[in-house]
Amino acid sequence: MSGSTSLTEKSPGTDSWLVRAGRLAAPFIGLIVVIAVFTALEPEAFLSVRNGRTIAIQTVIVGIGALGMCFVIVAGGIDLSIGSVIALASVVAALVVDGGHGATAAVLAAAGTGLACGVVNGGLVTGLRVPPFVATLGMLGIARGVAKLLADNQRIAPPPKALGWLEGFVDKTPDIGWLLVAPAVWAFFGVAILAAFILRRTAFGIHVVAIGSSESTARLCGVPVVRSKIIVYALCGLGAGVAGAVMLGRLGVGDPTTAVGLELSIIAAVVIGGASLSGGEGGILGTMIGAFMLSSLDAGCNLAGIDNSVQGIIIGGIIVAAVALDGFRRRG
Amino acid sequence: MPHDSNSKLLVMQGVRKRFGGVVALDGVDLDVAAGEVHALVGENGAGKSTLMKVLSGVERPDGGVMSFDGLPWRPAGPVAARRGGIAMVHQELALASHLTVAENIMLGSEARQGFFRRFRPLDRRAARRTSTTALSRLGHDDLDPDRRIDSLSPAARQLVEIARAIASDAKVLVMDEPTSSLGREDAARLLGLIGRLRDEGLSVIYISHHLEETRAVADRYTVLRDGCSVITGQMNEIDDGGLVEQMIGRSLDTVFPDRRGPAGEVALRVRGLAGRSLPRTASLEVRAGEIVGLAGLVGSGRSEMLRAIAGLAPIVEGEIDMRGVKLERGESPGHRLRQGLGFLSEDRKGEGLALRMTVAENLLLSRLSPVSIGGVLSPRLMRRESQRWIERLGVRSGQADRRVSTLSGGNQQKIAIARLLHQDASVLLLDEPTRGIDVGSKVQVYELLDQLARDGRAIVVASGHLPELIGLCDRIGVMHRGVLGPLRDARRCSESSLLSEAVLGGDAVEEHAA
Repeated sequence: MSGSTSLTEKSPGTDSWLVRAGRLAAPFIGLIVVIAVFTALEPEAFLSVRNGRTIAIQTVIVGIGALGMCFVIVAGGIDLSIGSVIALASVVAALVVDGGHGATAAVLAAAGTGLACGVVNGGLVTGLRVPPFVATLGMLGIARGVAKLLADNQRIAPPPKALGWLEGFVDKTPDIGWLLVAPAVWAFFGVAILAAFILRRTAFGIHVVAIGSSESTARLCGVPVVRSKIIVYALCGLGAGVAGAVMLGRLGVGDPTTAVGLELSIIAAVVIGGASLSGGEGGILGTMIGAFMLSSLDAGCNLAGIDNSVQGIIIGGIIVAAVALDGFRRRG
Repeated sequence: MPHDSNSKLLVMQGVRKRFGGVVALDGVDLDVAAGEVHALVGENGAGKSTLMKVLSGVERPDGGVMSFDGLPWRPAGPVAARRGGIAMVHQELALASHLTVAENIMLGSEARQGFFRRFRPLDRRAARRTSTTALSRLGHDDLDPDRRIDSLSPAARQLVEIARAIASDAKVLVMDEPTSSLGREDAARLLGLIGRLRDEGLSVIYISHHLEETRAVADRYTVLRDGCSVITGQMNEIDDGGLVEQMIGRSLDTVFPDRRGPAGEVALRVRGLAGRSLPRTASLEVRAGEIVGLAGLVGSGRSEMLRAIAGLAPIVEGEIDMRGVKLERGESPGHRLRQGLGFLSEDRKGEGLALRMTVAENLLLSRLSPVSIGGVLSPRLMRRESQRWIERLGVRSGQADRRVSTLSGGNQQKIAIARLLHQDASVLLLDEPTRGIDVGSKVQVYELLDQLARDGRAIVVASGHLPELIGLCDRIGVMHRGVLGPLRDARRCSESSLLSEAVLGGDAVEEHAA
């Protein structure tokens, strides 16, 4: 017996490499299971280069949203509006292109739209102290409604070729052969690395973790809680905006009814990646794996001819299972 | 133990429990007679909580024998234990705050009625009757059984917990730090109540850090140290010094450091400070190198005053300056912190520390610039810097990457204090700095505060523990109903003088003296 102190410290003090590996192993195992199942169902099609590229570009849409969502969830919040904001951003971008402006203007407009929605979310949560669940649920309805209004309940179809570089950027078979996948995928990797860096290696990142872990402690320690939270929601909105632009590039139209329920997949990606919905925990690498798993699931279901509604059931089940697993892990 | 069962209601012999490689209980003997209050004392981590978890069926023992009322005792869990006759009254109150008093008292007992019956409407009248009976046994039939728990004071909530135990016909009550959330008056009332329950034949196992309290209420005691029961005996046959020596396993010459020399310049000046409701008016001056104590009952406004100065609560009136620099109203805690003010919260687990984060993160959170290179955090520097503080404050087994929740209470508190030092605070406002930590750690905290004062820091300590204030501080002020009285030399303060001022207010005391 070394001393009385050690007695209270019965739970493992440092997370051992095994525990940490375990946290990443769960999404990995999930990913492998998904791949294995669909490989068994559709051996030829699922493992094809074509399908790999589809999954890759699909990952970008879920993943860009999930990066921002990861920050929100680690900070102890939630953003339910992300699917609607993606739709709104894609409609705005389509309108900009339709109005004769170029792809760059469209992407900027989409990003700006998402950012604005995020700032409003953050303002509602911090300024009016509306719980994140409610504030972003409100935004879910508002953004979707505005998208439909702007598009007059139609799809906005810009003239062919008007999307310019955006089309090539998200084209799953890149013009430059050695890129293997769409340039957007590589850009996404870059952004993800940047996000991981911000979360782990900057004061802002530590502040986000602290707010999610204990908001009153963060305030006590002089963390700018309000500002940090607004930035977090703004980042999530920005991600949604960019995802909207990618969506436009993929579909070629701005569709106000797109991405319905996508928030479910995005939240699932973050939670599967090891984040805790009560805040303070979560990582970018896990989120990436989670996003990859969900887009594989999506693509696999499409290939195997599994109905969209069944997909929703599977994803819903996965979220519940992931959170239950998280709670189980926590209790040890 | 047939020969014991006549006199001893509860017998635990050679109880062992290990968690992985850590031995938490290494052969504990404890026996409790019917109608006695038995004090279980020991430092944090000595195994008291684990022992009580074993007793209430939360943990299964690895070895040893337990018997209750002459029969082997092997409860499946806390609810089973309560039905079997041993009920816990928790340190962190375990009540459903959105339910009423009566609903809480009946909670769990409805499950007894079988699966389908639990969906029947509750017999509200019976529930109310049971609750009123239990509450009146406690001498509190004034407590309305229809009130919601969240509208009650901590003292009243405690009563509800005890009433719940009584309503389930418990023969043994286990009370783990029952006074930690109570003010002095309520604590005294609780101790009186425990005495009455004992006279009715109930047995109480009483766990507390406050030796005075333990002494006031307990008939016998058992000391746990490092997972073993080291001594048991009659309370009136051992003095406080003897108890502390048994707890820490060495003799304790001086608990409080010697007096320091004369103080320096005025470091913090507060004039006519008033918050939204508390404090009503508070003025004080604290010099560099000085420790000023704030006494007063819980709810008198001690904490609120410190929080207002720290920027955590609004200031309605008054002026504050630090080293001649005026602090503006409405500035954020972060702003105050950068001006050199450090605040230690009384709520260590809820506010003081982010329990899910590591020791290093908690320690460095309020000032990250020294561990960053060009705005980028350096894990290497973070580890080195926190290791430096850990060693300086003598935190045992504190690796920087551990989660802070895995440290003992005393070590957690040292981390919380170390944060103030890391942020280079020159004025320290400490709210209950030794609450809920063991005696050994308390002594270390006293020594640390003394050293910090000698280094020229100005320190304000708010505490409900009067001997601590008298022993540690240079001057003491008493807060009474939101009004802070004049600071007096601690050497001329006695517990009784401070207490009467806290209860009656300064004016009344002076009138009385005149």
